[in-house]
Amino acid sequence: MLEIANLTVRYGGVTSLDSMDLVFEQGTCGLIGPNGAGKTTFFNVLSGFVRPASGTVRAFGTDLLAMPHFRRARWGMRRTFQTEQAIEELTVYDNVAMVSSSLRGAGRRADVLGAIEYVGGGLSPLMRVGTLGAGQRRLVEVARAVAGKPRLILLDEPAAGLPDEETAHLASVIRGIPGHTGALTILVDHDMSLVSAVCETTAVLDFGKLIASGPTAAVLRDEQVMRAYLGIAEVL
Amino acid sequence: MAGVGTKGRAEQTVAGQRFGLLRRPERPVHLGVTVALVLFALFGLPPLMSGYYTGYASLVAIYSIVTLGLGLLVGRVGLYSLGQGAVLQIGAWTGARLLFATGQPFPLVIIEAGLVTMLIGTAIGLPAIRLRGLYLALITLMFAGTITVILATVNFPNGGGGFTGYNGQQSRIPPIRRPSIAGTDIAYYRFAVVVAVLMFLLVYAHVRMRPGRAWAAIRQSEPAALAAGINTTFYKLWAWALASFITGIAGGVLAGQARYLYSINFTTQDSIILLAVALMGGVYNMWGAVIAALLMQLLPAFLQNLGLSYAWLTILFGVGVLQVLTTAPAGIADQFPKDMKKLGGRIMKLVRHA
Repeated sequence: MLEIANLTVRYGGVTSLDSMDLVFEQGTCGLIGPNGAGKTTFFNVLSGFVRPASGTVRAFGTDLLAMPHFRRARWGMRRTFQTEQAIEELTVYDNVAMVSSSLRGAGRRADVLGAIEYVGGGLSPLMRVGTLGAGQRRLVEVARAVAGKPRLILLDEPAAGLPDEETAHLASVIRGIPGHTGALTILVDHDMSLVSAVCETTAVLDFGKLIASGPTAAVLRDEQVMRAYLGIAEVL
Repeated sequence: MAGVGTKGRAEQTVAGQRFGLLRRPERPVHLGVTVALVLFALFGLPPLMSGYYTGYASLVAIYSIVTLGLGLLVGRVGLYSLGQGAVLQIGAWTGARLLFATGQPFPLVIIEAGLVTMLIGTAIGLPAIRLRGLYLALITLMFAGTITVILATVNFPNGGGGFTGYNGQQSRIPPIRRPSIAGTDIAYYRFAVVVAVLMFLLVYAHVRMRPGRAWAAIRQSEPAALAAGINTTFYKLWAWALASFITGIAGGVLAGQARYLYSINFTTQDSIILLAVALMGGVYNMWGAVIAALLMQLLPAFLQNLGLSYAWLTILFGVGVLQVLTTAPAGIADQFPKDMKKLGGRIMKLVRHA
């Protein structure tokens, strides 16, 4: 369970997140919103790349903001990036084994290989990532995210730029993550069909403010959400 | 849905893959060629070399350690240093001082020289936590200049007293001692090769294991490295520490090779040439370090033998760096095998047509 209270982030005069209060319970949760709504900023706060002006973030009872950023992976946080960041020079195995984990020796090897096996997509541990296509690189990142007993997985537009059949495979992988690892998974994406296919609950950000949250189907029908996305004129 | 298999099947395949991973042959041809070359360097080469080239061959072994350290910083972590010549000087100074001041065995002294250099070198690496590229290169270049100036004032130890161990009288200066088993030039050359091989193994082990993964991640994407839980500050400093350590050891071996050290022989320009040859040799491949040392030490010896001016070398290195930057970013170590393969293919074609 991830509890965010009164979270505010400012870049100079711009308020990127405006006293956001939100609770992610469990399973796969979506976080959507138009460009510039603050989705990636929110992930950057969780990763520790951005220091908030105020607010608290508690994950499974731990005060996340008090933890140095490089420690958060060992605690169980995983993250993929909007622009895919699989390390080209390394093999698939080394890319996944890169992540901090409390496992050692044979148990760790089995865990890494298990993560590669889980994401599928024709990946094999000894392939060099530099030779892979965009979809497979995304899967390498997701494999890194599910390795080593994760507790909180943040996926930042994992399907960006992928063709439909690869997106469908990725959707099935993401939908299975909570069952496979037990981790709370938060998915940021613009692709509404992906979000509605994968997420049980969804929260919507607009201009740094939370405008809706709840079961995905209900949220996507919400009038305010439609207005944020489609720009319906105010009739007040 | 192919990837999201059932648990039982996944475990079976995992076991199979793990088995394959453990049994993976580590490029046996590559290993065989490496071992053969090292054996040739140790036993085949010495009888073929004149005294003139033996000294230069030792320098190649020593400088290959220096370029290995520089290649580690540039190629693996992406940190450009223009101060490695100065780091080498610190190692040579410390080694010489300890060899005059104590009766400790030679290998122990060079390890101590490596450790002292590691401490100082890591301190230079501190700005590297925040700086990269041009700014880091400038700072390390200034550091190299500073060390050159300091050592020009302090001088290298020559058996005198006090902290600096310098005797300004310049009369009856004892040579820097060598290990008892490696007194002659040939024996000392073999000693230098053995030290170089050990340093290459040390770096190889690092690159193949956790630090190597961390460095590769840092070089490509620091956010991704941080998100994977890699302490980027620690691993960057570790790279500096390792590079400085092996360069310090090379300095200690250099002291025994030269027997007399003079600050005039060490210039700030050396640091720049080091980066140039390291880039030409290839920083992404450990063979590149050997090629770089050959370029830096053996090429001048050849030119001198032919009676050509050293100035040609500076021009040649300039052209070489341009070539690397424009057409072969991974250097000779990467380009040469490719060219040979191409050449082989063409010859095969000709043979088949004939």
